[in-house]
Amino acid sequence: MIRVLQRLALALALPFVLFAAWWALSADSDSFYAPPLSQILTAFGDTWTFERLGADVLPSLLRLFAGFLLAAVLGVAAGVAIGMNRRLRAVAEPVLEFFRAIPPPVLVPVIMLFAGIGDTMKVIVIVFGCVWPILLNTVEGVRAVDAVVLETARSYGITGPARITHVILPSAGPQIAAGLRQALSIAIILMVISEMFAASNGLGFTIVQFQRGFAIPEMWSGIILLGLIGFVLSLLFRLAERRALRWYEGLRAAQRSS
Amino acid sequence: MTTARRDGPVRFGHPALLGVAGPAGLLLVMELAPRLGLIDDRFLPPASRVLAALATEAGTAAFWTALGDTMLAWALGLAIAAGAGVLAGVVIGSVPVLRALTASTVEFLRPIPSVALIPLAVLLYGTDLGSTLMLVCYAAFWQVLVQVLYGVADVDPVAFETARSFRFSAWARIRYVLWPTALPYVFTGVRLAASVALVLAITAELVIGSPGLGREIAVAQASDAVPTMYALIVVTGVLGVLINLLARTGERRLLAWHQSVRGEVTV
Repeated sequence: MIRVLQRLALALALPFVLFAAWWALSADSDSFYAPPLSQILTAFGDTWTFERLGADVLPSLLRLFAGFLLAAVLGVAAGVAIGMNRRLRAVAEPVLEFFRAIPPPVLVPVIMLFAGIGDTMKVIVIVFGCVWPILLNTVEGVRAVDAVVLETARSYGITGPARITHVILPSAGPQIAAGLRQALSIAIILMVISEMFAASNGLGFTIVQFQRGFAIPEMWSGIILLGLIGFVLSLLFRLAERRALRWYEGLRAAQRSS
Repeated sequence: MTTARRDGPVRFGHPALLGVAGPAGLLLVMELAPRLGLIDDRFLPPASRVLAALATEAGTAAFWTALGDTMLAWALGLAIAAGAGVLAGVVIGSVPVLRALTASTVEFLRPIPSVALIPLAVLLYGTDLGSTLMLVCYAAFWQVLVQVLYGVADVDPVAFETARSFRFSAWARIRYVLWPTALPYVFTGVRLAASVALVLAITAELVIGSPGLGREIAVAQASDAVPTMYALIVVTGVLGVLINLLARTGERRLLAWHQSVRGEVTV
């Protein structure tokens, strides 16, 4: 019990101090750009009402999830195919490396040409930006599947789809998860960028509106909300990852203690 | 690896040849699709037109200035982030109390998307180099810091205690025990940070309009110069590949002496 309290105190101490410091330092700040924290928090409550959340935050999040899921399906499927075929890999790898190296936000103007500025554009931008880390990590993961495991599976007559779902995907799992984690942070960035460029709703759009209208406390509250969303999403992802890869964590712990 | 058996014997195609086939095929598709009318050539101009635009761009001083601006923002931002990340990582990592105290804050600040800072950067620095630098530093800093923290945690406690009982000073312990252990992690962090920094530099230029390749892309898009836009995007991709390659070979060269690269010595 005391250990738990101690850990809790350690975890909360610094955030508390920082928060208090921000509050105290900005309390009678008359700087236009750094309004008092109390004002920001009031603005937070006033700005992000349920109505606003439904109108601006929800569409953003839906686009984010649509893009991320689509990228995950495409990336894993293509990654398994490329990873299992050596010749395909030799042909595709340089091209894939190049696509991965292109900074994803520059795709926004390109995709705007094809898909206009609607929801489709934003989802395509997210898919296009996220798919590369997932794909390349899947390729790596599939390539690194233990040859003995593969041969064993073959001699037990596990072939075709069962071979992919029962042998290859699980052993590539940790690598795929690493790719997905990278892709998630890219997805959030692209969600915001695509809305900053051209949109009529969404979180990125709203924050830029505040900034252009010099509604500084509201802008700060938007930045804080965006930060919170990033934090919560990465937390959720970690939970999901830990559940899905429970066997892997256990294996690692066992290997470490031996 | 039993890849050769899995795929059957290699009948044709040297790996290098196949590696060239990929990009060549992509270029061919990009040339033919608009020419045959599969894709509107206002949206995707043929590859030859893009390459021509690239050649024209390379002849202008503005292009080289923009490239220089981008590289300057990238290099400065990366240097600041790496310096700050290593310093903070070593200090935080070697003091257990600090480490426990900061863990939750680092975990909270790290996933904050750096683009959330764009409005703030615009207000503080306008469309100068400063706003690009701010985003680059923020994004790259966490990559380095987290890796350095891992690296410091990886120090062999026996080696550390040995150094202590030989009365190594605190500085000597850091210099001769901690630093060599953490070095590969530092390099990993810097390598990751190098690509993140490029992405953020170009993003900032694109969205904020600070000088650099990103702004040139935005300008090309706004003035409907589609081939030029594609040409500039290709340039950013090539930059990314080069930075990746450079970071990887640099890492291997500079760490050639290190056990993690040399391979474990069997005792």
